[in-house]
Amino acid sequence: MNFDSWVLVLILLSSLVPAVVIFLLPEESRRWRTAINLGGAGMKLVLVGVVVWGVYHEHTYSVSLALLPGLALLLRVDALSMLFATLSALLWFLTTVYAVGYLEGSPRRRRFFGFFSLCVTATIGIALSGNLVTFLIFYELLTLSTYPLVVHRGTEKSLRAGGVYLAYTLGGGLTLTLAIAWLQALAGPVNFTTGGALHHIADAHAPALRWVFALMILGLGVKAALVPLHGWLPQAMVAPAPVSALLHAVAVVKAGAFGIVRVVYDVYGVKLASQIGAMPWLAAAAAVTILYGSLRALSQDDLKKRLAFSTVSQVSYIVLGVAIFGPVASVGGTVHLVHQGFMKITLFFCAGSFAETLGVHRVSELDGVGRRMPWTMAAFTIGALGMIGVPPLAGFITKWYLGTGAWEAGQPWVIAVLAASSLLNAAYFLPVIHAGWFKPPAGPWPTQHVPAGARGETHWMLLGPSLVTAALVVVIGLLANAPFTPLEWARLLVAREYE
Amino acid sequence: MTDAADTPFMVGVIALPLAGAVAAFVWPRRAPAVGLCVAGLVWIPVLGMLIQLVSHGVQHHELGGWAAPLGIALRADGLSVLLVLMVALVGGTVSGYAAGYFGEVRRSTSPSFSSSPPGGDGEGSEDGGRAHARACFWPLWLFLWAALNALLLSRDLFNLYVTLELLGLSAVALVALADAPVALGAAMRYLLVSLLGSLAFLLGVALVYAAYGTLDLPLLKAALGGPVAPVAPVALGLMTAGLLMKTALFPLHFWLPPAHANAPAPVSALLSALVVKASFYVLLRLWFEAFAGAATGAAMDFLGVLGAAAVLWGSYQALCQSRLKLLVAYSTVAQLGYLFLLFPLSGAAAGGFTAWAGGLYFVLAHACAKAVMFLSAGSLMRAAGHDRLAGLGETVRAMPVTAFAFALAAVSIIGLPPSGGFIAKWLLLNAALGDAQWWWVGVMAAGTGMAAAYALRVLRLPFVGTASLPPVRRVPRSMEWTTLGLALATLGLGFTAAPLLEWLRVGAPVGGPGLVGGQP
Repeated sequence: MNFDSWVLVLILLSSLVPAVVIFLLPEESRRWRTAINLGGAGMKLVLVGVVVWGVYHEHTYSVSLALLPGLALLLRVDALSMLFATLSALLWFLTTVYAVGYLEGSPRRRRFFGFFSLCVTATIGIALSGNLVTFLIFYELLTLSTYPLVVHRGTEKSLRAGGVYLAYTLGGGLTLTLAIAWLQALAGPVNFTTGGALHHIADAHAPALRWVFALMILGLGVKAALVPLHGWLPQAMVAPAPVSALLHAVAVVKAGAFGIVRVVYDVYGVKLASQIGAMPWLAAAAAVTILYGSLRALSQDDLKKRLAFSTVSQVSYIVLGVAIFGPVASVGGTVHLVHQGFMKITLFFCAGSFAETLGVHRVSELDGVGRRMPWTMAAFTIGALGMIGVPPLAGFITKWYLGTGAWEAGQPWVIAVLAASSLLNAAYFLPVIHAGWFKPPAGPWPTQHVPAGARGETHWMLLGPSLVTAALVVVIGLLANAPFTPLEWARLLVAREYE
Repeated sequence: MTDAADTPFMVGVIALPLAGAVAAFVWPRRAPAVGLCVAGLVWIPVLGMLIQLVSHGVQHHELGGWAAPLGIALRADGLSVLLVLMVALVGGTVSGYAAGYFGEVRRSTSPSFSSSPPGGDGEGSEDGGRAHARACFWPLWLFLWAALNALLLSRDLFNLYVTLELLGLSAVALVALADAPVALGAAMRYLLVSLLGSLAFLLGVALVYAAYGTLDLPLLKAALGGPVAPVAPVALGLMTAGLLMKTALFPLHFWLPPAHANAPAPVSALLSALVVKASFYVLLRLWFEAFAGAATGAAMDFLGVLGAAAVLWGSYQALCQSRLKLLVAYSTVAQLGYLFLLFPLSGAAAGGFTAWAGGLYFVLAHACAKAVMFLSAGSLMRAAGHDRLAGLGETVRAMPVTAFAFALAAVSIIGLPPSGGFIAKWLLLNAALGDAQWWWVGVMAAGTGMAAAYALRVLRLPFVGTASLPPVRRVPRSMEWTTLGLALATLGLGFTAAPLLEWLRVGAPVGGPGLVGGQP
């Protein structure tokens, strides 16, 4: 074991150790808890940065531990893992800052931050997984560690939502487990390999491979909220805002989408996946989800629910990009892993700030909120415009690549889907923006509650992260062609996949 | 006998708990200390056996130098050593827990808990009762430990019968330690079932002896090598019926939930984790070694079907229970069902050793996880004074260590990674898929889903409600932390499978690859 192996383990430990320490610390030691949280998050960022640098220079990192003969725990990184790992590490840091501010003075923070750190460990583990079994282990760990966060408030409603959440995700996990076990019985151990790892059994087991693919997409689709497996997501909105932010931008939903990318690119490979005829089905499922999610978002008055249905829709852009057989669309899909993360987390941060500062939970209560909280509303506007796909924001880059990619691949119907979806996005986001900036306040805010220590419009720990992520939405859109942007990475990894 | 290779460690693992039992009986005041000493010292012969196994393969020992048909012979292959190891780990932890559980009698502290709550509290609720239970627990448990180790190392039918009987009797006496009327009724039923099972087993043994003139398992195997006489299946059937009764396989499980749920917590843990596995072990020895020739595929499938029914029925019952210990006990009924999937799967050509390993890893994982569940249930019950799920929320939240231990055990029971339960289910799943026996896959999937559902009934408790915590009775720290230690071991089993399965392979009756697949 040298540094190249240890660094991956250290990346995991940088949130696992804080989790354990936080559980052992007494509830009252707030300062220590915050210090450990931020220390771990900062260390993870640095370590991920080191590995990103290495991967860019074609350095390889890997470490493995045999669980059984033929079944190993394998951590290994490639361009795709670093895309996801960087996103998680960065957003974890920001969300931690936000959560500390958000939960100021509320009970049971020890439990919250302990499971929060575990949840990030699982997400990073998913990013670093080098084979299906490792992926599965962290995928299930993610399910378990997010449950306490979803039911954190302890109300009857949140417990019911938690039950629904577990029923969906454990069901999905079980399906995925069966699929992976089946694949192992057919092919032996399967490591993620650029271009696919199943060519040696492609001819002998074609029908079985088709079934395995379907089961895998079913299992992953639950977390990725593909319609009709999305039922848990709007319900899980009862969780505190930082949890929703994390669930939607980085952790759960993204883990499902990331898994689908992995299965298509690095287990089957695009060639085999289209050979077995899976791609049109996947594209159709993604298109249906995109439209259905947007339609449902239109009629939601609860702001977080509207955002939740928007997530259902947006995450499927990733799946759509993967399902279109062509390099340009693939770039659009994979880069959306990051773009959607930044945009959606901005929106959730802002929604949480509105709720925490003014008690505003509904779209109908948002009138004039821009006058009271201009900075937060500005960040929200950037996130929303990005979602709609207004240039030069991040969302535009995604839609541009998806559209041109679909055209190039001879699937012009995708452009119609994108156009319809953008229209719907505008239809459910623009009224919010309009109400916030241009309508006069309807009366006193539901609960005028400024957290302690706030001088500006709200606590700086709530405002700061929202502004940073909003700025990033602008920067990665404007400077999309600069080195080390998500787009650059996506191109790099797609070039390796299609070569 | 100076060479380490010849040291009779096998005698040690039996003699040490036996000596401890006598000492604990003679000096009841020193009994907990004696018990803890045995729990620590037993690791010397256990690890000695393990080293002998790894370096020299299967070990034999003849007591007093008398050879097989006449004397008592001991034999330790991978299976025996692994299970002896399991007994030492789980038994040791339970001993540590019991030291706190039956701890010092404080006459002044608990006047308000003089009446048994409804639903049959298994605790010795009066101080006098607790003192009595403590005086009896240690000799009985150490005796049970000796019987268990002797059973795992025996290799002839008569010794297996004797050790089974000793095991059963000490287990019944342990259940009766909880002096609630419900517990006595359960103990009585357990006693009758145990005796009936032994009787059937003995009848089978008598038939075998009449037909073949030997009870030694290897000699029997040789004798049964030729054409099978009609008496062999009858004898095997009788013995199997007796053992199934003791293993509580569906539909013969009716005695288990009341007995396990009403015993004192350490006893419940020992019964569910270890005692039911002993008769399962004997079944394996019969079906895969001595009577391998007489056991047909249809009979193996039949056992598998009963196992599948147990998985479904036990899980369903666990979903319906309103008391924590009954829920855990029905979970045992369900989990025992998985063990019997080993029979149809191990008979298959492709996944012989895979299924064998899966079944036995299941034994290990279940032993640890179920012991943790019963121990944490005992701690909660001690703190709350009852074990009704509906009123347990605040207590669970006030005891995070215990709640966490229970959650880790639940991860293994459900079969989620990384845990021993996951490895076990993965192996069984792999064997079933490798041999295209789909129906078992369906049973395992359904069982896993139901296990998640009934585990969630407990796991959601700490999150229910927001009220402040009511005062709960203080539970000795040693009880909570020993439980957590074993829970971490359960998790650790998820990472130690590779060496453990290599040891299991030594002298295993079935062969084959570790995992099926990968050969195009």
